[in-house]
Amino acid sequence: MKSTKDIAVLLDEPACEHNKKEKSGCAKPKPGASAGGCAFDGAQIALLPIADVAHIVHGPIACAGSSWDNRGTRSSGATLYRIGMTTDLTEQDIVMGRAEKRLFHAIKQAIDTYSPPAVFIYNTCVPALIGDDINAVCKSAQERWGVPVVPIDSAGFYGTKNLGNRIAGDAMVNHVIGTRDPDPLPEADRTNFPAVTPNFKVHDVNLVGEYNIAGEFWHVLPLLDELGLRILCTLSGDARFREVQTMHKAEVNMMVCSKAMVNVARKLNQQYGTPWFEGSFYGITDTSQSLRDFAKALNDDDLTARTEALILREETRIRKELEPWKERLKGKRVLLFTGGVKSWSVISALQDLGMVVVATGTKKSTEEDKARIRELMGEDTVMIDDGSPRALLKIVHDYKADILIAGGRNMYTALKAKVPFLDINQEREFGYEGYRGMLELVRQLALTIESPVWEAVRAPAPWKSKAQKAAVTSTVECA
Amino acid sequence: MVDILKRNKALSVNPLKASQPIGGSLATLGFNRAMPMLHGSQGCTAFAKVFFVRHFREPIPLQSTAMDQGSSVMGADENVREGIKTIAEKSRPALITILTTGLAETQGADVHRNVREFKDANPEFADIAVVGVNTPDFTGSVETGYAATLTEILRAVVPDAKTAGTYPGKRKKQVNVLASYILTPGDLEALRDIFEQFQLRPVFIPDISDSLDGCLTDEDFSPVTIGGTPLSELLTVGDALATVVIGESLHKAADVLQEKTGVPTYALGHLYGLKANDALISALVEISGRDVPERIERQRAQLQDAMLDTHFMLGQLRIAIAADADLLSAFVDLVQEMGAEVVTAVTSCNVPLLAKIPVATIKIGDLEDMEVSGREHKAQLVIGNSHAVDTSERLGVPILRAGFPLYDIIGGYQKTWIGYRGTRQTLFDLANLVINFSHEEIAAYRSIYGQKPASELTDYPPSCH
Repeated sequence: MKSTKDIAVLLDEPACEHNKKEKSGCAKPKPGASAGGCAFDGAQIALLPIADVAHIVHGPIACAGSSWDNRGTRSSGATLYRIGMTTDLTEQDIVMGRAEKRLFHAIKQAIDTYSPPAVFIYNTCVPALIGDDINAVCKSAQERWGVPVVPIDSAGFYGTKNLGNRIAGDAMVNHVIGTRDPDPLPEADRTNFPAVTPNFKVHDVNLVGEYNIAGEFWHVLPLLDELGLRILCTLSGDARFREVQTMHKAEVNMMVCSKAMVNVARKLNQQYGTPWFEGSFYGITDTSQSLRDFAKALNDDDLTARTEALILREETRIRKELEPWKERLKGKRVLLFTGGVKSWSVISALQDLGMVVVATGTKKSTEEDKARIRELMGEDTVMIDDGSPRALLKIVHDYKADILIAGGRNMYTALKAKVPFLDINQEREFGYEGYRGMLELVRQLALTIESPVWEAVRAPAPWKSKAQKAAVTSTVECA
Repeated sequence: MVDILKRNKALSVNPLKASQPIGGSLATLGFNRAMPMLHGSQGCTAFAKVFFVRHFREPIPLQSTAMDQGSSVMGADENVREGIKTIAEKSRPALITILTTGLAETQGADVHRNVREFKDANPEFADIAVVGVNTPDFTGSVETGYAATLTEILRAVVPDAKTAGTYPGKRKKQVNVLASYILTPGDLEALRDIFEQFQLRPVFIPDISDSLDGCLTDEDFSPVTIGGTPLSELLTVGDALATVVIGESLHKAADVLQEKTGVPTYALGHLYGLKANDALISALVEISGRDVPERIERQRAQLQDAMLDTHFMLGQLRIAIAADADLLSAFVDLVQEMGAEVVTAVTSCNVPLLAKIPVATIKIGDLEDMEVSGREHKAQLVIGNSHAVDTSERLGVPILRAGFPLYDIIGGYQKTWIGYRGTRQTLFDLANLVINFSHEEIAAYRSIYGQKPASELTDYPPSCH
């Protein structure tokens, strides 16, 4: 089990702006009025997209039993990550102290059956509490079978999902990154891309916090290929173990959207001197900005010139394709509640479409995020901290929002109140990244906002409206 | 005699089992104005919530005692009391259940004491039923958690016949129905219809057809369940004519009810297939003293006709089933009635019912076990939850989706399996899967002396209907 001190160290993240405020890290949950996942949830979400690894959840059935195969992340090849694995601890294991032994054999079974390049072990509450030494088990299993076995000590009670993201990032930095050098640059077939300039140079980079939800990163990856940016690894969408191992060799790291694994970027900077910047691939403006930031960070004039040309080409094309949709969505009012992390990047995507963001969630946003939101939306922006269903619905009504854009957990808040809804979080089934992703985004927005079902569900049954009219008429007669 | 094969692997691969608190939550969600609270870390609740939201596509009230590092080590009594109080103040529900998790049980929590302490300290909340249940994740399954929670709720809320002055038959039309987790909202609606045809008024305990049936209400938001069995009904269950219990897993709950009220119990295992429904109708004839309504006679005859039509597809069909015991038993009876063969039966934990299921072996295990055994026995069809879809694809056979969770189809929670009509539709569904996907064709043979045009000689992939 991690000590209180270990957890305090993880919570103290100098690269996170929350640290500067009075309460560092994340607030303590309240019994009977809490929402959100645990550290194990966060760790699993962060690493499960590494597709060829055997992910073993060490604990009783609850942790894996109701969560395996539960993500929209996609792989271009390996599918081992979709096989749910757990030690499924029994009462006997816990009472008799057999949990470590079961874990040891479980690792062997996973290696024997699936020959994975590595095994990740997620520690959960019960084994943490009874004092299983998963580090020792992983170490001896690795020695015995010659396959990397990585401990991810992520008991749920350590804290929130966000802490779990950091624990996952830490485990990668401490156990995986830096254990292999990248493959030599392959002879790439560039026939699909415009002619290579004389000064053309391929740069190695990483993306941290890109999860390839619904395959959306594949909207962006061809552009990076064209520019000559080799992605050593995305942590962790469509990643492989051997890619994670090489992350230390990147020239620059991009933190995608969220600060959840900012500790990875910071530590890679400390240990290997890799610079990092924060960016997003949601919306035209931010996608272009991120591409420019790569060129800037890599300090390559040729790349800069090619990047500008690519941006011009892509923006011209997508703006033309979006034109008919913009007419339909222009002026529509949006309540955006993402919990705060990605607020600013989505705002800019919506503003690209001429939509009006009337209010946005900032519960998890940093001071810097908030400043950015004000910059985008103006000083009198409504920022929402209270994400309870009641509070959200009140704002929808007060500000006459046409649609609620939020995480899947709020979907039924909206639908039950007969309010159009768009899912923006990781469980969604559609990819919105990059220039191409904007087309999917507008299609989904129009699909729900313009749907004929709203009228059908809001209007009373015909016999009821007749009865009401009759009632009104009779009242009038009485008066 | 069935051979029950215990778990023999260290690693569970593609788990079939979901944990006891999930079952406990489901039982709680079948009561009106109810709120389950899991005693564990926040994740326990978050995972359970996602599990139900994906299955029912409904908002799910579910809370957590939010144990952190300090309370996990030093004791979480305060978390329980504070959690109950917060829910009581915020939402004023009729029922709060405190369901323990693996974390709380390992730590040594005593929720029953916590509940007593809360009640003593907060008389202002005396109108709220607060029930603690032991549902550790490291034993049992959805089935046992559901049964344990229902039993505890009955124990805590139903009054003794003596103190309440109830007596069996005082309410001449009322029949209590203890409903297993295998009954969907669609099943309960169909069952209500059957009871009402006998002029009986069923009181379902619990009743997810009233709370989780996907109904759009005028209220735009509620923190607790809307619909479900009102707790007030539990005060008068002692006046019922009879109690019908559906599902072997609830027999203990039925015993508690009978002991408290003296109302006679009619025990049924499930309502899948001709025989099981004949047993139900016979019981209703006895309870109501009425003849079988003509409409039901007709539905029975329709089922018989469907049995004839589908026996060509289902006879000797080799089937692999993965389900908790009540559901496993129901499907085994249904398909055996049609002459199909259950070649693989996998379940999540050992319960007494397993010994009575008429198959050669039952494996206590996971979906990997089903895959291995299904391949070995050349299964032609799989019955299981949405997780088993990948399994069926790897086996190259069709799947009938059933049980928990069903997240890759819309409206799975609403399907009606029971009664003569529901059974008939299930037989049609099974037969259609066989006709469309599982029909074994004779491989074409080309004579070495044949005169077929040369253009036909390239190998075509086998047609996929």
